[in-house]
Amino acid sequence: MSDPLLSVRDLRVDFPTRRGVLTAVDGVSFDIHPGEILGVVGESGAGKSQTGAAVIGLLEPPGRIAAGDIHLEGQRIDRLSQEQLRKVRGRKIGAVFQDPLTSLNPLYTIGRQLTETIRTHLPLSEAEARDRAVQVLGEVGIPSPADRLDAYPHQFSGGMRQRVVIALALCVNPRLIIADEPTTALDVSIQAQITALLKRLCREHGTAVMLITHDMGVIAETADRVAVLYGGRLAEVGPVDDVVNRPLHPYTEGLMACIPTTHERPPRLAQIEGSMPSLTAMPPGCAFHPRCPHAFDRCAAERPPLFDHPPSAAACWLWAPEGARATERAAS
Amino acid sequence: MLAFIVRRLIQSVLVMLAVALVGFALFTYVGDPINNMVGQDTSIEDRERLREDLGLNDPFPVQFFRFVVNAAQADFGISYRHGRPVEDLLVERAPATLELSFAAGLFALFVGVPMGIYTALNRRSWLSKVFLTVSLIGVSLPTFLIGILLILVFSVWLGWLPSFGRGETVQFGWWSTGFLTWDGLTALIMPAITLGLFQMTLIMRLVRAEMLEVLRTDYIKFARARGLSARAVNFGHALKNTLVPVITITGLQLGSVIAFAIITETVFQWPGMGLLFIQAIEFVDIPVMAAYLVLVAFLFVLINLIVDLLYFAVDPRLRVGGGGGQGL
Repeated sequence: MSDPLLSVRDLRVDFPTRRGVLTAVDGVSFDIHPGEILGVVGESGAGKSQTGAAVIGLLEPPGRIAAGDIHLEGQRIDRLSQEQLRKVRGRKIGAVFQDPLTSLNPLYTIGRQLTETIRTHLPLSEAEARDRAVQVLGEVGIPSPADRLDAYPHQFSGGMRQRVVIALALCVNPRLIIADEPTTALDVSIQAQITALLKRLCREHGTAVMLITHDMGVIAETADRVAVLYGGRLAEVGPVDDVVNRPLHPYTEGLMACIPTTHERPPRLAQIEGSMPSLTAMPPGCAFHPRCPHAFDRCAAERPPLFDHPPSAAACWLWAPEGARATERAAS
Repeated sequence: MLAFIVRRLIQSVLVMLAVALVGFALFTYVGDPINNMVGQDTSIEDRERLREDLGLNDPFPVQFFRFVVNAAQADFGISYRHGRPVEDLLVERAPATLELSFAAGLFALFVGVPMGIYTALNRRSWLSKVFLTVSLIGVSLPTFLIGILLILVFSVWLGWLPSFGRGETVQFGWWSTGFLTWDGLTALIMPAITLGLFQMTLIMRLVRAEMLEVLRTDYIKFARARGLSARAVNFGHALKNTLVPVITITGLQLGSVIAFAIITETVFQWPGMGLLFIQAIEFVDIPVMAAYLVLVAFLFVLINLIVDLLYFAVDPRLRVGGGGGQGL
């Protein structure tokens, strides 16, 4: 396989607070290859968005990267100065946020916001930047883009605004787009359109996507590989087909069982008992063990590393290589 | 837009009528104007005749109507104390107050806005903390005390600036200006600072609070994510959004600067409308008081109207006919 475009190793994001340090992301590692769509799933508070923010260097203070490293195209980007990082943002990594209604500055025309972004990163004249803006707006499916260039954000509907946001993220052809819940705030009918648009554009431009969402449906439709986060830690990562159909980690298994299907209607929707522990009260050992149906002694005592089980990998003692499991059996 | 202006104009007229009613009530219920006009030895018959001649026996609505019609033509009668038409007195005094308010407003705006931006962008710097502490003093110290302290330091101890008056003025038709002479400008410094200090700290705190609010919004985060420079984000995207509410407050404050000039004018013996009003109160010079009341109300109404129109210039969402978007 080719060298990864983005490589995150043992990333830890801390939030120092008055009542101690909260670790929002704890030892997360993953790779994204050029042109690949990696889905990142998890419940609210699982650390999905913080992982995305850390990659793009936009953690809200007092949040900070406490450990680990992030490489983009072989260049380490987590130690860059704000000014150097600014040149990476937008140019190499684009971003799409959750709420298209608030992502655009209400006081400027979308044309201005586009040309401003284009001219920040590319040596183009105002007229050339406008041409490019029209072209990008056309690509994201805004009808008669040349006429809409001087419209203000409030003159667009929610779905159209998210298209504009995608145009803004893509206008200088970044290598990677971080899409943080890009469809959550939209109507269901529009969600599918936006997801399809994002997928098509990234295929055409060879752009990789880190798709952060809590919606397994979106992941199953769009992603090539999936990373499942739980309590700020990576639970499982692997090709989408394997993770959805043959989950390794009991949490992923529970998550998949929760997705209702239309052909068989259970009297009650399936759910995972209990709730995700808060960051202030992480249990020792595996973060999932209090809710895990397969938990045994070791789960409460020791935190599982990521065990390779090609094509996936899971952080669960159930998938420890034979040697490790044998010692476990002997101990119990 | 036109409908909006018309609606606002009608509202403004109603406000002015209400203020005129209060101003008129001063005449009717505070003392007896006849007593102020005639000598003590005037007979009761003469007084009654005068009362009848002046229309003071007419029913209330008729008298009020007459007052409004005269006021609309800037006719507020004759000052009891100066024996001259009130409007002449006001016109004579207006340039002094307007120039003072203008200078105070400029000071408040051009010092307050940059300080607000600085304290919002550098929240943790010690200079920001100094600004905030000093601004607290500015808000809590009464105007007359600041004025007297300034006089003590810069006029009495250091002898740099004049302690009272407008200095030399230049006459342009009916307008007398102190902006064109060195003497007039030095005389303006302390009164302008005294009058503008409270507004400056207010604007600074307002800009800071608004800016912090705007910096937290998604579109600022998104602007950063697009790799725009810090300058473009802070001054292009954040500042413009900050200024929308600042415009309103600053505009409204301009009205209160003119109205509150009374105290500053008294401290510095500034020959403006405020000083005229204070002296009018001492002598129960009701025509002057009523005229000043109506005039200040008129300024407030006018400024409000201008502020509303400025909104249209700044915020595209308010412009009508912008296509069928969802309002926010």
